[in-house]
Amino acid sequence: MKKLFPFIKKEFLHVLRDTWTMMIILVLPVVMMLLFGYAVTNEIRDTNIGVLDLSKDNISASIIERVQQSEYFTLKHNYNSYHEIEPSFRKSEVGLVVVFDEDFSNNLLHKGKAELQIVADATDPNTAKTLVNYISSIAAQSLMELNKNNPKPMQITPELKLLYNPLMKSSYNFVPAVMGFIVILICTMMTSITIVREKERGTIEMLLVSPTKPIMIIISKLSPFFVVSIINIITIFLVSYFIMNVPVLGNIFVIGGVSLIFLLVALSLGLLFSTIAHSQLEALLYSGMIFLMPTTLLSGMLFPIESMPLFLQAIAQAMPAKWFIDAMRKLMIMGVDAKYVLKEVLVLTFMAITFMTISLKLFKKRL
Amino acid sequence: MDKAIVVNNLTKRFGNFTAVDNISFEVEKGEVFGFLGANGAGKTTAMRMLCGLVKPTLGEATVAGFDIRRQSEKIKKNIGYMSQKFALYEDLKVWENIKLFAGIYGIKRKEIIPKTNELLAELGFESERNTYVKELPLGWRQKLAFSVAIFHEPKVLFLDEPTGGVDPITRRQFWEMIAQTAERGITVFVTTHYMDEAEYCNRVSIMVDGKIEALDTPRALKERFNSNSIDDIFYQLARKAQRQAD
Amino acid sequence: MKSLIVNNVSKSYKRKSALKDISFEVEKGELFGVIGPDGAGKSTLFRIMTTLILADKGEVKIEGYDVVKDYKKIRNIVGYMPGRFSLYQDLTVRENIEFFAAVFNTTVEENYHLVKDIYSQIEPFEKRKAGALSGGMKQKLALSCALIHKPEVLFLDEPTTGVDPISRKEFWNMLKNLQEKGITIIVSTPYMDEATLCNRIALINEGEFMDINTPQELIRKFPKKLYSLNSDNLLNLMNILREDPNVETSFSFGHSIHVTLNDETKHNGYQEIEPSIEDYFMRLSKPQN
Repeated sequence: MKKLFPFIKKEFLHVLRDTWTMMIILVLPVVMMLLFGYAVTNEIRDTNIGVLDLSKDNISASIIERVQQSEYFTLKHNYNSYHEIEPSFRKSEVGLVVVFDEDFSNNLLHKGKAELQIVADATDPNTAKTLVNYISSIAAQSLMELNKNNPKPMQITPELKLLYNPLMKSSYNFVPAVMGFIVILICTMMTSITIVREKERGTIEMLLVSPTKPIMIIISKLSPFFVVSIINIITIFLVSYFIMNVPVLGNIFVIGGVSLIFLLVALSLGLLFSTIAHSQLEALLYSGMIFLMPTTLLSGMLFPIESMPLFLQAIAQAMPAKWFIDAMRKLMIMGVDAKYVLKEVLVLTFMAITFMTISLKLFKKRL
Repeated sequence: MDKAIVVNNLTKRFGNFTAVDNISFEVEKGEVFGFLGANGAGKTTAMRMLCGLVKPTLGEATVAGFDIRRQSEKIKKNIGYMSQKFALYEDLKVWENIKLFAGIYGIKRKEIIPKTNELLAELGFESERNTYVKELPLGWRQKLAFSVAIFHEPKVLFLDEPTGGVDPITRRQFWEMIAQTAERGITVFVTTHYMDEAEYCNRVSIMVDGKIEALDTPRALKERFNSNSIDDIFYQLARKAQRQAD
Repeated sequence: MKSLIVNNVSKSYKRKSALKDISFEVEKGELFGVIGPDGAGKSTLFRIMTTLILADKGEVKIEGYDVVKDYKKIRNIVGYMPGRFSLYQDLTVRENIEFFAAVFNTTVEENYHLVKDIYSQIEPFEKRKAGALSGGMKQKLALSCALIHKPEVLFLDEPTTGVDPISRKEFWNMLKNLQEKGITIIVSTPYMDEATLCNRIALINEGEFMDINTPQELIRKFPKKLYSLNSDNLLNLMNILREDPNVETSFSFGHSIHVTLNDETKHNGYQEIEPSIEDYFMRLSKPQN
């Protein structure tokens, strides 16, 4: 195995000498994270809202006034009944509706507790959640005023009613998704062209007419991208934790371990494309179009898998990124124990071994 | 206008490397001019300047009466170009290639079809009209590429190693095509690594380290260098070369 | 002892036949040339011999090993320089040769004596990227890389194509030196004038070996008397000769035309000359159209 080192050295030289590609590979994850992050969590201003005030008294009026004064909201509609709310959402007239039911003030004054109903358009769960938070805090402020001259503290429980996306995934969902996307993009796409490049430039002839074992070529080809991807994953973590304040609840070593396994899957897939393709263009078509596209659409990065038709759900199970994203969401955001992602880990390991074996088998000993 | 190419003190520098060093020569109309030199002597750069692809650092030149600095677009319309490396599109059929290049040089639609038939008949290629170029033997391909390069009746034809790797019989047929073209008044400017082919040229120049070291008819060169082959003269001159670059 | 035995090798791509029933043998330490134009099948033959592709029919043995069964053994003992430049353009001269030494489990130092004559000429440019070398230097580097593991048999596929006459002469001198070190060399070339530099040659055209022998013997086998004619207007002379019913073949050779006659008694005092390999090659090959 002393032979392996010069091979790995050579592969690193290829990657390092290609300055432009290197820059793109290292900067891309950061740019993507910031893009996703800020596009989603940017402060929301001037959202049109509607109010259905069935309580019609001082307290509800004072809360409505505060909401109106806030820079975040513009009061567009005063409804008279529940039936008017849904059509208004449909026409996109409002993004959020606050409902005070008939007993609102009554409950508040006598029971010390009342429910405030907030109906939000949750097609964009992140925006919806932010808006709901704003409303809740405005309501809380109004109560503080009231409580000043009231010995019995009163409490408002906002009751949330979400339309269109009742599960409302966390706003931090995009972090695992971006990680999955970037690993596939960089590992799979970059690896997919490495062996093909030697075929195209004719250098593979020199390697084949030598006692070099295919496994040596394969391991050395994978090594630079393995390292680069680890750097990428670390970058993504640092950016999300320090710049975007995404919580990382789970065990960092488990998260790292699962990421490594996923890296191997992505690398071995790239390898597989590289062994079957005849030109760099063909390899990019395999990894970029035939593979990356369904990954983006079906792995739960953008759309929840649960709401897909059954046959697409079935295809989604074959997407390596799906398992990675699932595991990451559980680990990072829900902060569960390692044992809860065992299934994902097993599936990913199985995929890595399968793809690696197939590529080794398909690696041609001749031209 | 009798001179097809007039070159005056032409120099091209890349940084502090002088690829072409103050060369001057003239090529007569209808002449076959051999442009010899070792790899890295500056042939390619000189040829690119004459085709209007590269601007010279110093000096001037006219090709077909047009200035290479200011009228490069006019030059491109009045020259034909063919090289060993790029000649025709291999994934297109024979007639598609002809039509494409005819279109590029602005030949009228009506003229293309009869001219294509004429060209194929001359080459004896009628049966290959629908063949993909990549399926033709190399010799045929080069002959076809040559015919396409003169399809638009250029005033000057540039050939960059047109016969590299071609079989000996086709190579000779190719040079006969060159001779016939020159008889029609088209000036031919050609580079080659086959020294026997230099003998087919009216005049030959030998470039060494960016300079033209010898320029004359093959016969006069042999007399001057007291040698019986261009190969030998080339060897005498190019051996003195100092530099190694492409 | 034979270094190389090729027996009835044939190969087709799709419907097109690339090699037809090729057989020949090369002695140990011999410099053997495969001579013919581009597209004649030279590269296909070299790839079969170097275990890169499989023949449809026939067998090839190198130093007693079969190219199909014992391909791993063969890959240890042959050196190969492919037709197009096949080194890593983004690596430096030194990095390239070190890598290829490592590929064969050796080091540059260990076999430096073997490549010294060639490599020392490019050594001053060790830090330059291979892609930035001139044609002649690339060729020297490629040869050094093919030699660095001390192969017993060296396959060079068109090493001099596109290279100027000076570098070509240098290159053949290098090959002669290597031959003296006992390496068997099989080389292909489209340049007929290089034929005389080989011990023996095979003339290949359209996938077939037209003849195999020493260059001297091939020239001797030229069946006719060959005459050389000169004129200031070759085109004119050529046209006259083509009209002449007594002229069997006429081919231009630089400033003269080589002619064979149907009736050699009527030679009009033409100057008789010794044929070259190119004359013989054209005699054997069928004109393309």
